[in-house]
Formats: sequence, C-alpha cells, structure tokens
Amino acid sequence: MRFDPGRDVGDPIKSSQVYSDQDADELILLNIGGMKEDLQLFSQTVREIAACCFVPLSVGGGIRSLQDADTLFSAGADKVVVNTAAYHETNIVTEISQKYGTQAIIISIDYRWSDGGPRLFSHGGSKEENITLKKHLENIAGKGAGEIMLQSMERDGSMKGYDLELLQTVAAMVPAPIILAGGAGNFFHLVEAFQSGADGAACGSLFNFGDNNPLRAKAFLKNYKIPLKTI
Amino acid sequence: MVSGEKSINLAILDVGLGNTGSLKGALESLGWDPLLVSTPREITNASHLLLPGVGSFRAAMLRLKQAGLVEAIRGYAQTGRPLLGICLGMQILASWGAEGGGKEGLNLISGKVLPLQAGAGIRIPHVGWNTVYLQSKHPLFDDTKNEVDYYFVHSFAFEAEKKNQVYSETVYGVRFPSAVGRENVFGVQFHPEKSQKNGLQILDNFCRWDGSC
Repeated sequence: MRFDPGRDVGDPIKSSQVYSDQDADELILLNIGGMKEDLQLFSQTVREIAACCFVPLSVGGGIRSLQDADTLFSAGADKVVVNTAAYHETNIVTEISQKYGTQAIIISIDYRWSDGGPRLFSHGGSKEENITLKKHLENIAGKGAGEIMLQSMERDGSMKGYDLELLQTVAAMVPAPIILAGGAGNFFHLVEAFQSGADGAACGSLFNFGDNNPLRAKAFLKNYKIPLKTI
Repeated sequence: MVSGEKSINLAILDVGLGNTGSLKGALESLGWDPLLVSTPREITNASHLLLPGVGSFRAAMLRLKQAGLVEAIRGYAQTGRPLLGICLGMQILASWGAEGGGKEGLNLISGKVLPLQAGAGIRIPHVGWNTVYLQSKHPLFDDTKNEVDYYFVHSFAFEAEKKNQVYSETVYGVRFPSAVGRENVFGVQFHPEKSQKNGLQILDNFCRWDGSC
C-alpha cells in the first residue's frame, strides 16, 4: 500500500516470481519508505527480484540523483519511477534519460481531488506541491519521461475502480503512454481503464488480496476484445 | 543432456550500459553460467558473447571506444563464434546510428539505425509486448512459435541494407526489423530476458549455437 495506512502483503520477491510466472506484463516495485530507507538495501531486493522475474521490472521510491538510478539499473531494473525529483530537480530526469533513454523513465504523479481539481503530492504522498497538473506536465515535457503513471491517492487500495477523469486531459498534453494506478478491484475495472484509453493498468490489491491473478485477468480482458500479448 | 554440454565460456559485456542483471539472471535460470566481462582479453576468451544495452547509440559507442572494445568485439566476430546483441546491443551492430548526434557503429551488419517513424498519433518510445513475424529460419528461433509477442523498449529501429539479413519483423506504425543476422552475428530489438518463455528459449538456443546457420 502506497498511502497510509500500509498493509503488509508479504514477501515482494516470492510475489514477483509468482506474477512473472502468471504472465504479468510488467512489474512495478515502489519502495514506499523511499525517503528514509537505504537505497542499497532496496537495490538488494531489486536484484533478487530481477534474478527470478523474466518480465520488465520498474522500480522507484527515493530516487534523488543519477547515481541512485544507476544503483537500481545495475541491480536489474529496466525502468525507474521518479516522482518527487520531477518537481524540483527535473535535471535528474534529463540526466537519467540521456544515459538510459527516455523509455527507461516513468514519471509518477500522485494526486488527490480537492475543490474540483487535482492536487499533486510528492514525498510518497506526504507533501503537497504548489503546482497545477498542467504546469507540472509542461515542466516535465521534453525532459525525457517515457511513460506517465497517474496515481490516484484516494483510490489507492480502495478497490473501487480507477479514476478515469484525468486520462483524456493528460493524454492530450503528453505524448508518452499513460499507466493508470490506484483503485483496481475487479477485472471490469481493467476493461474500463483500457476502453478509456489507458496504455497500462497497474494493479496491487487486486492481486495481493483474494484469489485473482494476472492469468485470469487477461482471460477476462480477452472477452472484451482488449488486445493482449500472445505467448 | 550430455556431460559438458553447458561448459561454454558465456560472456556478457558489462560496461555500464545498463541491465546486465536481468540477462544474467535469465541465463542462470536456464542453467548457464554467464560471466560479466569488460576487457578486450575477456572478450577474446569468450566462446559466446552477449551485447546487452540500454541507452543511446552514440554514448554506447563512445563508451566502447574508450574501453578499447570496438576492435575487440569486431575481432571476436571474425572468429566465427556466436555473438548476440540485444536492444541497443543489436542496434550498435549497424554501420551507423543517428541517436545522440550520429555515430559509426560496430559495422557487423550493414544498415543504419534511425528514429522509428511510427506516424502520427502513435506513441514513441515503442514500449511493450509486440508480435514478431519470422521471415526466415534461424537456429536462434528454434522451438519458438511464429507470431508470438516479445517485449520491446526502443525509439530507434534498425534499417538493414540487405533484406536477407532480416530474420523477423514487427509492426509498430511501420514494419521494422526485430531480428537481424549475418553468419555468427545476430541481434534482436526485443528483450528476450524480459519475454518470458519464448525469450528464454532464444537465450537457451544462443548458448547452444555454434555460430553457423
């Protein structure tokens, strides 16, 4: 769980291996204690996951420099997820994209709705940023984000379905693919996300709790003619 | 399995161009014992050489040049031993690449690496799973199915000079070569180490390949 209160859902290494075997398209691993915890320790977990997962692995949480990203890439990350640094240190995004390519960076945007508009948060959702979504997207445009992850803080862990409100706005402003995160609670939520134009749909609780798995999710999506990979 | 079958000198070039960890892990899961190498001598000693890579064409070539590896890799390729380039590692097999301001490549397979011209409304980079259409038989595709998906992450694509050196194609707005080869040198635009069972099959085939086709 990304935002308070956290729930322990078990061993990330074992879970990752199972999801990889169950045909997940990609794994996203976020170190939710990002600011405080030792990146070296986190990179060790990344290393162990990379050794047993043969699907793309995106990792983030606490990346504040090119060196932090270097550490995670060398541990086996395929992409890094940057959130906080994208607000005040956009040069880090540029440095990472120049070294590893734009496809290696996901900029994650955590937001909550308030007074009819999205409010953006950094530092694992703990600090509100005094900037509009539009301005933030303008600031990061051309800095090298390969993908944008829209993380609804309210919906995270709620299993009530994705927030689809911002999808069109953001898609019109940035050329990068968009991943929706926060709220997937059943397979129909995934259908909604893709039918609304999302390029990716991230799931946490959906697979962590209950008897659902990526194989079943994809079998369901197939019935709705959502294009999926063939293996 | 006959005894000694897995005793090859499998080398992964590791010069800080990213992502050797997952490739190493994938090969180990198949029972192979890859070494991370970074010097000309180690390349000379290899029986199978893998060039992985994430990043920009120009930066990669400058890095190889700096480390004195351009000649070492070219020399290795001339011995007839198997060489597999993955993603950027495939692209630098070309004669020239536009990314990062333009730079000569290893020139092992004639062609240029140019921005992927996907067309209006199609998002770049091309990230995700996409179908590989096999064009002709190659030992590295043995025991894989035709028209299955592999994982791609790239913004540039290989334009091979010779049609018969293109072993598979993929469509993303345009058709582009997703696998190229010439004799003992082979390159795949996708990431076999990230493509679950079909990708693992290609890596296993590579380790068993003698470089002839």
